[in-house]
Amino acid sequence: MSSTSLNLDAAFSALADPTRRAILARLAKGETTVLELAKPFDMTQPAISQHLKVLEDAGLIVRRVEGTKRPRRLAKAGIEVLDQWLAMLRSALEKNYDRLDEVLSTIDRRKKGERQ
Amino acid sequence: MTKMTLKTEGDTHIIVTRRFAAPPEAVYRAHTDPKLIQQWLLGPEGWTMPVCINEARPGGKIRYEWTNGKGGAFHVTGEYLELEPYRRIVHVERMHLPDPTPDNHIETRFDADGTGTLMTMRMTLPDAQTRAGMLATGMERGMEASYVRLEGMI
Repeated sequence: MSSTSLNLDAAFSALADPTRRAILARLAKGETTVLELAKPFDMTQPAISQHLKVLEDAGLIVRRVEGTKRPRRLAKAGIEVLDQWLAMLRSALEKNYDRLDEVLSTIDRRKKGERQ
Repeated sequence: MTKMTLKTEGDTHIIVTRRFAAPPEAVYRAHTDPKLIQQWLLGPEGWTMPVCINEARPGGKIRYEWTNGKGGAFHVTGEYLELEPYRRIVHVERMHLPDPTPDNHIETRFDADGTGTLMTMRMTLPDAQTRAGMLATGMERGMEASYVRLEGMI
């Protein structure tokens, strides 16, 4: 089964919501209980659980049973998403700076032209 | 040659470095002169920056507006905190999507490196969640070209 690889469609729908992006970011720091996840948000536990379900269904996070607790952690796909965020930012910046190289070489040529 | 590096540091920082063939004075000017900024600070192919306000003095305002000519648009506002001409810029900025994102505090250094420049940009976000949100936004924009279906989702 390919459930461990990143399903972009499901991942994008799940990540369209800022709260769910924030939850994913929090889980990047390690396994966390629902109670701890709910803390930084002004949200009830059922509301957080609903968000967790969407992330789970998208294959981005997984749960573990520990007594009465169900701590969540990032699935492989969730880690891939975080890596992709960084890669996309990198590619946008690289494009900008390649263009800046062009701009800088134009300034340089103009300067040399002025001196002549 | 790997020119650019990008890495996260701790929970809240993003560090970017890039080398340029031009001296610090020119690279600094390209970061503070609106006419130059409009030529390169554009992100993915197809985007332009019709509005570029950049008042390069402490307390001066920054406003960049981008459009893809197909209904896609967003803008960034910010303020300058410190400027040391040709060496260092400190400013804050936020994206409007359309709600403003938390402030990104950015220190940009321009150090002479042979005949060129080593630029180091240190971004500080208020918390890990905000940093992740920012990275996620970068991803959504980068994906635009190939994932047309996403239009209207964000």
